[in-house]
Order: sequence, then C-alpha cells, then structure tokens
Amino acid sequence: MRYLPLSDQDRADMLARIGIGSIDDLFADIPEAARLTAPMDLPRRKSELEVERHLSRLAAQNVPASSVPFFIGGGAYKHHVPATVDHLIQRSEFLTSYTPYQPEITQGTLQALFEFQTQIANLTAMDVANASMYDGSTAAAEAVLMAHRVTKRNKAVISGGLHPHYRAVIRTMSELADDTFDILPADPTGAEDILSRIDNETSCVVVQSPSFFGQLIDLKPIAEKAHECGVLLIAVFTEVVSLGLIEPAGTQGADIVVGEGQSLGNPLTFGGPYVGLFATRQKYIRQMPGRLCGETVDADGKRGFVLTLSTREQHIRREKATSNICTNAGLCQLAFTIHMTLLGQTGFEQLAMANHAAAVKLAGMLEGIDGVELLNETFFNEFTLRLKGKDAEAIVDTLADKGIMAGVPVKRIDPVSKDVEDLLVVAATEINTDEDRAAYAAALKEVLA
Amino acid sequence: MSMNNQGRPSTPNEAGMVAEHKTFTGNKALQIEEPLIFETGRNDVTGVDIDVPLDFKPRLGSHRREAPIDLPGLSEPEAMRHYVRLSQKNYAIDMGLYPLGSCTMKHNPRLNEKMARLPGFADVHPLQPLSTVKGAVELIAQLGRWLLVTTGMASVAMSPKAGAHGELCGMMAIKAALKARGESRSKVLVPESAHGTNPATAALLGYKVVTIPAREDGTVDPASVRELLDDQVAAIMLTNPNTCGLFERDIKEIADAVHEAGAYFYCDGANFNAIVGKAKPGELGVDAMHINLHKTFSTPHGGGGPGAGPVVLSDKLAPFAPVPYVRFEGETAEFIETRAEAKEHGDTPFGRMTAFHGQMGMFIRALSFMLSHGCDGLKQASEDAVLNANYIRVGLADLMSLPFGNRPNMHEVLFDDSFLKDTGVTTLDFAKAMIDEGYHPMTMYFPLVVHGALLIEPTESESLASLDLFIATLRDLVMSAKKGETERFTGAPYHSPRRRLDETAAARKPILKWVRPEPASVEAAE
Repeated sequence: MRYLPLSDQDRADMLARIGIGSIDDLFADIPEAARLTAPMDLPRRKSELEVERHLSRLAAQNVPASSVPFFIGGGAYKHHVPATVDHLIQRSEFLTSYTPYQPEITQGTLQALFEFQTQIANLTAMDVANASMYDGSTAAAEAVLMAHRVTKRNKAVISGGLHPHYRAVIRTMSELADDTFDILPADPTGAEDILSRIDNETSCVVVQSPSFFGQLIDLKPIAEKAHECGVLLIAVFTEVVSLGLIEPAGTQGADIVVGEGQSLGNPLTFGGPYVGLFATRQKYIRQMPGRLCGETVDADGKRGFVLTLSTREQHIRREKATSNICTNAGLCQLAFTIHMTLLGQTGFEQLAMANHAAAVKLAGMLEGIDGVELLNETFFNEFTLRLKGKDAEAIVDTLADKGIMAGVPVKRIDPVSKDVEDLLVVAATEINTDEDRAAYAAALKEVLA
Repeated sequence: MSMNNQGRPSTPNEAGMVAEHKTFTGNKALQIEEPLIFETGRNDVTGVDIDVPLDFKPRLGSHRREAPIDLPGLSEPEAMRHYVRLSQKNYAIDMGLYPLGSCTMKHNPRLNEKMARLPGFADVHPLQPLSTVKGAVELIAQLGRWLLVTTGMASVAMSPKAGAHGELCGMMAIKAALKARGESRSKVLVPESAHGTNPATAALLGYKVVTIPAREDGTVDPASVRELLDDQVAAIMLTNPNTCGLFERDIKEIADAVHEAGAYFYCDGANFNAIVGKAKPGELGVDAMHINLHKTFSTPHGGGGPGAGPVVLSDKLAPFAPVPYVRFEGETAEFIETRAEAKEHGDTPFGRMTAFHGQMGMFIRALSFMLSHGCDGLKQASEDAVLNANYIRVGLADLMSLPFGNRPNMHEVLFDDSFLKDTGVTTLDFAKAMIDEGYHPMTMYFPLVVHGALLIEPTESESLASLDLFIATLRDLVMSAKKGETERFTGAPYHSPRRRLDETAAARKPILKWVRPEPASVEAAE
C-alpha cells in the first residue's frame, strides 16, 4: 500500500521487539464479540490511476459554474481567484501543519492570522476580529449565543431578510438550547418593521445587509433602537465583496459583525468548506468565541505571535468555555487573506465596483422583460425578481436545461415562507460577460412568453 | 577532474564556531525575517488587474462607503515572497514526524488535493438545480456508505463542519429524541480524560456536566457509571479508544447500563483511526459518534482547519438527523434538503446545523483516501498506527514513566512527568527541547488525568527508521535531563525562527490587530 512505509519484515521485527506474537495481541481489549474477523464489505485498495478514474467519473456528472452563463448566489458566489492563492495554500508548510499551539515553529500560520484579523477589523470597521469560524451561518449562530452571554437575556429577534439557512441554523441552536427567538416573515422588499419587535427582553437583533434578497438595509436606526433597549445589533453579510462599496456595519453601530468570506480565495465546492468572519467591539473580546491570535515578544525580545485569551476556550475552560469550537477555517482563512493581500484596498474596491456594474447591467436587461418585476430599489451584486405568478423553481430548471444557471428560487431554501413561489434571487459577478447576460435575458424572455 | 581547492578552507574556521553570529539584516541564511503586510504594502498597489466598467449608473442609494478601508496591497511577486517566507516558519507533516497525540497527523496524499480541485467538484454551487449536480450528491452518498460500513451504524448526518460541530449534532439528536419521548433530562456524564469539547458541547445545550473519575488503569469503571446514572442523565460522552490511548474494555457493559437508564451513548470518534477494520462501534452499543475526517481519513489539518465531522447514528437516533441528509433505500440514495421532504419519509429532523450541505471539499478528499486504501488498506493502516505507538512505548518504557504500567496501548502512548522529577525540567521544557532536535512536540498536559502528560501518536505514516531516530532522540533528551543539563531545556528552543514566546504578556494586554503608528507630531520632530 503506497501510503504505508512499514514492510512485512519491519512489522515482524517490531512485533518481536514488543515481545508479542501477533498484531491482534495489541487489540485484545476489544470485546471478543465486537472484533471483526472478516474483511469489511468494501472494495480492496485501488491505484492512484483507478481512484482518479472513479472520482473523475463522478465529477463529470456535474455542471461546473465556469462552463455556463452563471447567476447563482444566495450565500455563495462565483468569483475569479488568482492562481497565486491556490499555489500558496498548497505549500506543505501551510497545508500539513496543525493548529499553531507551538508558536516557535508556527509563526507562519500565526502571522498570517494576525494579518487576517487586521484585515477583517478594517473591512468591517470593528475593533477586533477572531481567527475565523466554520462559515457564515455558524458564525451567526455563535454571535447570537455571545449576545445572550453579554446581555444575560435569551431572546433573539431575527430579520426576514436573513439568509433562510442562517435563520434555520440560529433557530435550531435556540430551540435545543432552550432559548427563545422571534423570526420575522421573509422580507423580499426590505420593508419589514423590525424596530417594533425590539424590547427590553431582547438580547440581540440579527439583520443582514445586503439582505438575502439583495436589499441594502440602513442599520443606523436599528442600532439606535437596539442600544436604547440594551440590545446588541448583530450585522450579517454573505457577500464580503460588498464591503468594498457599501458602508460597513461597524460605522453604523453594529456590536457584532459576522459574515461569509468564501468569495475571496475559496472555490464554491458545493457548499464547503468556507470561512466564517467574526468581529466585535473591544469591550466584548472576552465573550468572543473562536481562536484569537495576538502579538507578543520572544525570549530575545523579537516580535512574534501566539494564540491568546485561550482561557475562553474549551480545551482550558471545558464546560465553562464561551463555545465548544475547537477549529477555525484554517486553510480557507489563509486563502481569503492571500486573496485580500493581492487585492489591497485598491483592487478590492475595483472588484466591488465590477460586481455592482455587472448586476446593474443585468438588472436593467431583466426588468424590462414582460412578466418580470425587480423588487429592489438598491442592491449590490444580487437582486430579487418576481416572476409574476410563475413557479420560479420550474423556470430555473427549464433554464438549466438550456444551459443557463438563472439564480436561486426562494422556495427551494425557504420552504416555509408564504408568497415566495415566484421569487428568484439573481447574482451577477465579475465573471459574467455581456454574452452571458444577453443569453440569460433572451432565454428568460422565451421561457416566460 | 578534481576541483580546485587551492586556498579553500575545508573546515570552518574559529570565527565560524562562535555560538552567536549576528547579521546585518537579522536573517539567518534561509530563515528570513518578514514584516507585516501593513508595514510593506501600499494602499495604491494591487496584485490583481480588474477592468472596472464606467458605463453604468450605480444603484446603491445612500449606502455607499465613505471612509477608506485602509488595507495595503502587494503586487504578485511581493505577495508570493511574503507567504513563501511565512510558510518557511512552520513545521509540517511533510517535514517530519508530528507526534501530536489525539490529533492524528498522518500523511496527506496529494491525489486527494488533485481530486478536490476537479472542476466538476470545486466549481459547483450548492444551490444549482439537482439535475446539474448528480455526481456531487452521489459522492456524498458513496462516502456515507463507506462510513456506515466501517462503523456498522444505521444512518449518517454529513453536514457538521468539524469534530466539535459533530458532537453538537449528536448531542442535539439525543436531546431531540428525549424531547420526542416527552422527557427533558438535565445531566450528561463525561469522563475526566475527555476532550474539552465534550463538556463544552454538553454545557452549550444546557446540560449539567457530571465528571466520571478514571480508575487506576486509566479507563472508565462501569461501576462508577452505574453509580452516577439516574433518570436525569441524558447521555454519556465517552471517547474510545480513550485519550490515554487505551481501549475502554468495558464499553459494552457501560453501554448496556446507560441504555437501561433510558440514556444514550455518545462516542467521541476522535480516535476511530485506531480501530477501523478491527471493530465496529455499531456493535459496541454506540448511539451517535462523530468522525473527524481530518484525522482518521487524512484530510489536511491546514494550520487549524477546515475539519469535517459527519455523525453516524443508531436506529433510535436516525430519524432526528438534521437536514440535509442522504436517505438510503436499497441501492438508491435520495438527497433530503428540507424538513417537509423528511416528513414524507416519516423522519423528524431536529433542524439544520449549517448553510448548504457540509464540507464537500473534505468529503472528496476522504473518499479518495478510502478508495485508495480499500478495506484491506484501512485495516492495515489501523494496525500500523497501533504497532508504531507500541514500538515507541517499548523503546522508551525504561526511561520515561508510563502512568498505567507497561501494557499494550492503541494508536497513542501516554507518559507522565514523573521521570522528570528533581531534574528541574518541566514537561513544557522537555517539549521545547524537542523543537531544537527538529521535532514537533507531542501533546502536552492533556489528558488531565495524569500529571504533566506527554501524549505521543506517531500514526501509520512513519517508517521504522523514522521511529528509531525519534526514540533515540527522546532517549538522549531524557538522559540529558537526568544528567542535569537543564540549560538544554529551560532555554529551549534555541534554533527555531522564534525563541520561547511570552504568552502571559500576550493575554494580559491583548494586541489583536496591527494599528497604524501615530505620525510623529511636528513639535516632536523639531
């Protein structure tokens, strides 16, 4: 077996050195009834070539985003990632290293983390950011738990503009942790009255901007009302590129900002692994979940970095930890930070502008089609269409057969909300060409006619 | 033709022998000091060329960002150098033995990386119409089947993002199952040797954690479990093999007692890599167990993630698995995305753990690893992992202290610090001296059941020569400590990119991001 260095002679020599006759002597503690004597009912080993054939066959049954006009977003976005990113994250020293618990020999990972934390804090206009979370949805759920700890209350008010999966994750966590929640109905137009739901028993209010439906939400009045009632505002984004063009939640009064960072550095890969971003105010750092990297000095007085404030974490605090989380998004976070470093402020703003331009052009072409209503007055790179009276999921399937990925039918990921059957969330990014847009508009017109 | 060696010294001169040799740059040959991007980058530099169209009218309303972001950029050659230099300050499996106990740092085959990057996997969106991602769903189903066969369990929830997330998933299924029975129990039993995530997970769901003491031999005594069981206990969370590297030999008896009390058995599968192909958790009374794909099935640790923690479930818990999940009906596999679809099959999912479908990128790598090994290779890998760990035990048993006696262990071997008694060297010092010898230290001070723990897990990826050198190195270090050569330890490491770092100072006054230095004021300059 190509991955196993021991030869049969090695094994025999080692057994002799240990002083036992058979390898099974080392497994003697397993109850006899539970021991496997026959081989498992699975195929035997395969060569590299055979494995490649097997998996390539499966891969060939999928339609890659780059092969068609592609307009699906809804929390994961198709962007161009510079070749440098994937090369660097595959370096052995990054790829095959563990969590940097031994800082003397993991300064590479640690310094990259410190730079990442600074990038996120500056992007969101918050004081501090952690070393990343599993993804945006779990970061949102952790933010709610953190707000409960800070406020010592347990009711979360959840906007109807929050991504339906994020709502479901928060709801699941709240139900099973016996916390309470108030989830507003789906809000395609950004018109919901969330202020009236905030009261003195509320722990936090969770609002996404740009919303799941692409609406840009003014967070300032929500922050104001929240703070009057001693409530934390948790601001969420699923498209980090929007921060290149849109006022960050930090300057609008958010107390915790969480989001999905997949757009930078990370491929779509059918939904994961992605990278959750998490930032907050200085005064809450000891209630924050997740790893943190901090600056210090070594025995020679040289600057270096370490994981810090670990007394919040499960491996030290056990049942008193702020969260049960043990890993961050490691390599996905590294991909993000490398892509961000390549962009810099200048490239990041240009990327955001290119995305917005793509969406404005597409919206302009689609909203003129008979039977299509654009629900957004404002948007970044994603907007919602009402395909009046039509089943959006069926339309999307029909367009997929024509080789166009048209968007996310809301009903597919929000099966419980009412009056969403004809809603379609459409995303445009810098990858779309004029030809892609023209093909989409023509096909949609044809299908709706 | 021989080389012209005239005038060329063949041995280092006296000056070259001095311990400290300072350089102008602070660099040490291949070890190059690297500033932060914020100190070298400029806000008007970018390493990506983007065409910004000008022929459109923005539709941002009043939401436009006013203040600059303040983020420097690097051109591509600068960025390449920055990250290559950073990478060279990291230890990695590809460089040497990485004996972190309970972390399973085994070889990461590059075939798996190549497979995960096939456009048909890497470039598909989670919300594409299902007709365009049939191969992706089939891959999840195939991995699911491999996990069910290797564990002997009834059902699998694929979406948890990491081991601790899998624990949460399993414990949520247990809480939901109790709720469905009309019960709400208040306690969870956790052995003192457990990973910190176990009590943290139980507490997150509002359970009171009751600690089970370890018995003399490092395992859990069914009698102490029975003593703690009552109608308020929801579950026991037991790691097997446990974190002392020992198989809980009374696991069946413990499981039976737990079930009799109406509670569930959560098994922490962090150490499943020791028994794949040798035993099936499903036959040991387990109700839920997460599998760390990044340990047992070798998806890369990546400097701290991403992980993946699918959870296998018993018949009793299967109906509560969160969406999305794969439903197996004979040869066919159906992808269930919503609670409504699940209800049509009579299932009652407790909810959703994450957006989308879980760590697909890790599923591809894990399946690639499993296909490569096959049933025979997986079993051989478990045996080699256990053999290697026992070989290390035998090689060190006379010099280092085994808290539970010199008896067979599983895939990892636990020492305590009594062999360092009166040497003036701590477990931490000992570990740091290993760094100078070119090794990543073992897991230290965990598990908590022994004093100054040193937990060594070599994995199946080490050759006999590698193990022999490792044993010889540790023997030399122990002898050195016993001889009183304390400087080798207390000042260690001497040769790493950084010497020992001040973690106390870091925590006392946390500096968690780079802050632009205030420009020197005009008065001060004058």
